[in-house]
Amino acid sequence: MHKNCRVFFTDFLGRLFNTIFIMDRVQGCISEVLARALKLAVGATIQLNPSNRSRGPEDYYQTRSVLNFHEPSLTLTAQVKPNAFVWITQLPLLLLSTTISCSFPANSSFVFVHLSCYFISYRVKNPTSLFSLKTMGYVSSNTKPLLSRKATNEGHAENCPYFDGWKAYDKNPFHPSQNPDGVIQMGLAEHQLCFDLVQEWLVSNPEASICTKEGVDKFRDIALFQDYHGLPAFRNAVAKFMGRVRGDKVKFDPDRIVMSGGATGAHEMITFCLADPGDAFLVPTPYYAGFDRDLCWRTEARLLPVVCHSSNNFKVTRKALEEAYAKAVEANISVKGLLLTNPSNPLGTILDRDTLREAMSFINEKNIHLICDEIYAATVFRQPDFISIAEIIEEDQEYNRNLVHIIYSLSKDMGFPGFRVGIVYSYNDAVVECGRKMSSFGLVSSQTQYLIASMLSDDQFIGKFLLESAGRLATRHNDFTDGLRQVGIKCLNGNAGLFLWMDLRGLLIDSTVEAETALWQMIINDVKLNVSPGSSFHCSEPGWFRVCIANMNEETTKVALARIREFVLRNGNKPNRKEKCGQSDLRLRLSFRRIDDVLRSPCIMSPHSPIPQSPLVRTRT
Amino acid sequence: MEPASVRKHSLLSMIARNGGHGEHSPYFDGWKAYDRNPFHPTQNPDGVIQMGLAENQLSFDLIEEWIKNNPTASICTPDGVGKFKDVAIFQDYHGLPEFRQAIAKFMGRVRRGKATFDPDRIVMSGGATGASETLIFCLADRGDAFLVPSPYYPAFDRDLRWRTGVRLIPFACDSTNNFQVTLAQMESAYAKAIEANINVKGVILTNPSNPLGINLSKETLTSLLSFTFEKNLHMVCDEIYSATVFKSPAFTSIAEVMQETECNPDLVHIIYSLSKDMGLPGFRVGIIYSYNDQVVNCARKMSSFGLISSQSQHLLASMLSDEVFIEKFLEENSRRLGKRHSRVVEGLKQEGINCLEGNAGLFLWMDLRHLLKEPTPDAEMELWRVIIKDVKLNVSPGSSFHCPEPGFFRVCFANMDDHTVEVALQRIREFVSKGNKNGDDKKHWRKRDLRLSFTSRKCDESLISPRQIMSPHSPVPQSPLVRART
Repeated sequence: MHKNCRVFFTDFLGRLFNTIFIMDRVQGCISEVLARALKLAVGATIQLNPSNRSRGPEDYYQTRSVLNFHEPSLTLTAQVKPNAFVWITQLPLLLLSTTISCSFPANSSFVFVHLSCYFISYRVKNPTSLFSLKTMGYVSSNTKPLLSRKATNEGHAENCPYFDGWKAYDKNPFHPSQNPDGVIQMGLAEHQLCFDLVQEWLVSNPEASICTKEGVDKFRDIALFQDYHGLPAFRNAVAKFMGRVRGDKVKFDPDRIVMSGGATGAHEMITFCLADPGDAFLVPTPYYAGFDRDLCWRTEARLLPVVCHSSNNFKVTRKALEEAYAKAVEANISVKGLLLTNPSNPLGTILDRDTLREAMSFINEKNIHLICDEIYAATVFRQPDFISIAEIIEEDQEYNRNLVHIIYSLSKDMGFPGFRVGIVYSYNDAVVECGRKMSSFGLVSSQTQYLIASMLSDDQFIGKFLLESAGRLATRHNDFTDGLRQVGIKCLNGNAGLFLWMDLRGLLIDSTVEAETALWQMIINDVKLNVSPGSSFHCSEPGWFRVCIANMNEETTKVALARIREFVLRNGNKPNRKEKCGQSDLRLRLSFRRIDDVLRSPCIMSPHSPIPQSPLVRTRT
Repeated sequence: MEPASVRKHSLLSMIARNGGHGEHSPYFDGWKAYDRNPFHPTQNPDGVIQMGLAENQLSFDLIEEWIKNNPTASICTPDGVGKFKDVAIFQDYHGLPEFRQAIAKFMGRVRRGKATFDPDRIVMSGGATGASETLIFCLADRGDAFLVPSPYYPAFDRDLRWRTGVRLIPFACDSTNNFQVTLAQMESAYAKAIEANINVKGVILTNPSNPLGINLSKETLTSLLSFTFEKNLHMVCDEIYSATVFKSPAFTSIAEVMQETECNPDLVHIIYSLSKDMGLPGFRVGIIYSYNDQVVNCARKMSSFGLISSQSQHLLASMLSDEVFIEKFLEENSRRLGKRHSRVVEGLKQEGINCLEGNAGLFLWMDLRHLLKEPTPDAEMELWRVIIKDVKLNVSPGSSFHCPEPGFFRVCFANMDDHTVEVALQRIREFVSKGNKNGDDKKHWRKRDLRLSFTSRKCDESLISPRQIMSPHSPVPQSPLVRART
């Protein structure tokens, strides 16, 4: 028994697959290239049936590399050193009745056969007889992929370069006194401006918690509560709060409130309810980077971009919608709906009434769904007022409301991302019913439901909170846009969200994603601000950056602005700035310490785990 | 499979339309019967007693006392509110470091130190429900299959199959050997699946078993683990009842067996939860503990879909780190479970009803085969309807657990107080004695429309429970599976 010897078959993305049709000692056919490569790498003898050879043009095949290659013996049992690795690319094989009959030496430990093959769709008939490796124990059965395709593909989208910024921050987080040269986190859409209000409320409402002397009597009932409808008080309070946030112009029915694990879970849930694998949703660009994971990874649905431009302030037009839809139809993709984020992340703007009505008539005409992500509804800090899709369908009863679904959350509006309160509010009864069953996979902790129910039911507190929150967001927004304007940096004119959409097109050497990435790396590495480049939001135009402004205190804001100011003054006004910016090795050597030394902010260290972090560790940003 | 034309014009997904959530199974009618007419010692003494809910309500006094003594553990007390902000914004999907450490330690403690757990392998998810689904998403593709010994937890069909598209292949255990899982059964199930050209990805064991209330022995686990190793299959162990073992033989975790058996750690995964062992199902603490790095990584990313509220993480981190308290809790909890178990077993024995000899879980596996008209699932359902409608006990029929042998029922005993237990036993007593008094009674209650008209009121009235035990659950019309995990 040779425990360490394994054979893996993988496809071109490195995903393990289990779909080769292989039978031991049966004549069949195989590409000569594959046969050759296998022979070279592991000394396997491969029998080819000449009459049945693969039919593709021979030059279509190529072996690209054979890694960790060791001189093989060409006998039936070859001498192969541990970790022999074969890499064969671009083999659209016609492995119709392929036979691979080969044998590995007893001392092989790791054989990696890498096939790039789209068309193989046959099952391993009898893995145990494969490779006539009965004596090899471990080898013989390792020809199946161990994990699922989801586990081995990149559907979680965390490996995109965008998230390097998070890593840069995590490696070297700013602290006013302990690490004044550190990276300032401006990639995190958190709302930290109103916690004093919440804490004050908690102290004066001890009975709202099941973990205080005053509330512990309820502990038992609450700890046991796992009804997936949610605590009635919780649903009532959330429904009321949603109405309140929308200026009480619309009412929400508590019986339609479906819980899920944050907006992340809510998006996945609604997709599972609406779409089959391969189905698609249209989504205007730029859009939240996590959508690819949330809507597509496990559901196998797709997102198709509706391209928006700065020329009309990234407005979602009927024309753009129709174009995207037509394109999908042409590609024979079944479009199941349209996903709108209102207020927009990353734009910080809201959709106006005409746009919403246009979208409604569009989806009605096509008979597709409309998912409205309104998780930033209460972050609107100045005119014009937020208009919910709920208002639009109230106004016009002609619209088919069975097609409309709202995603909500308390992560942004109240600033409680840790509590994982995600809501699907659907006007479609079947979706409510199905979604409720799915909420079993990500219910909100009953302890949290109970607390939130009390808090959101306190009208007076909520009134004060919403007013104060909007006021503080407006102040922060103004401080920032003013500061940027002073150095000639413009932002998209926004009135909502926890971020700015900053226009640095003027600083790009050319209008390409590469130039944007180069500038962004400079901002991260030299200016030490973790902002997010537009490309990560699938923005069609290079040069835009999302800058989060509500996850820090005033002192840190000043430091961030000072850094930007210095950056622009030292570089931006020089005639050759563009060339300079393009050089990725340019170090600006700003003397931040001087500026930072005068700041003695209270501790704002990240509360996050000190272990090496993955970039998307925050589930929603 | 639906015709393409149907699929194309359907507004909702196949998942939404296919009923794979399993809630329409007749089994759940019992829940509905309870929800319509829940027992209350004074307000509704004729109501249905809920014995279909595997909740552990016996040790809340200990937790409540601890909470009173540890105000800093909560972010909602004057002593703890200073942490509110940091906790409320915490959404790192690794979880609070102190939470993972506390869970890892607790898992080791429950296994009496025979295995240690690495906090960095603790992956959070929304309850055991979410944990099971997440793990399956990591291990298997649509159409792949897992072998699972039956009887098994009914909601596995939802948790493991519904959205993943994965199949479960039950292999039957029966009373001839006290429902022991054997290697031979598994081997033959595997061979059959291979023959049918099914891609078997692994085996799922529930240890201690729900619904049987027994542990898997070390020998069994060893042989099954060797088998999965040999066939290169995943071994998924659901150990959510591990701290409910109340008498010997002691619980053996797969984590312990792994250390002594030749195996591939990359293939071993444990599902854990605090819903049963601590009795906190509302907090939705589900854990995936995998020995496979890639699964840890992938599942962590998937945990974004069902993280545990940071408020609950924070509280539990403190609670589980308090060794003195945990020691006391586990000891007292298992003592109380043992006592309750004995009481119910004895009460049933007096009426000539046997149960599978169990040593774990929050339920009994009750043998009513002698009351069946004939050994068929239909006869089992008939008897079960009588128990629900006339005896007014919501127990769960074996068929809902995919039990191949009719006549067994799962009876939960830890979700009620002592008085309710006595009422339940009294009802059974009356039911059985009525049956015995009258030779042809059996025939009678087999008739669907026969009402036994017990005078339950009389016996119930003598019982005035000190504690309100009304269901804390919502008064809205309920779906049978509303509790995410039972």
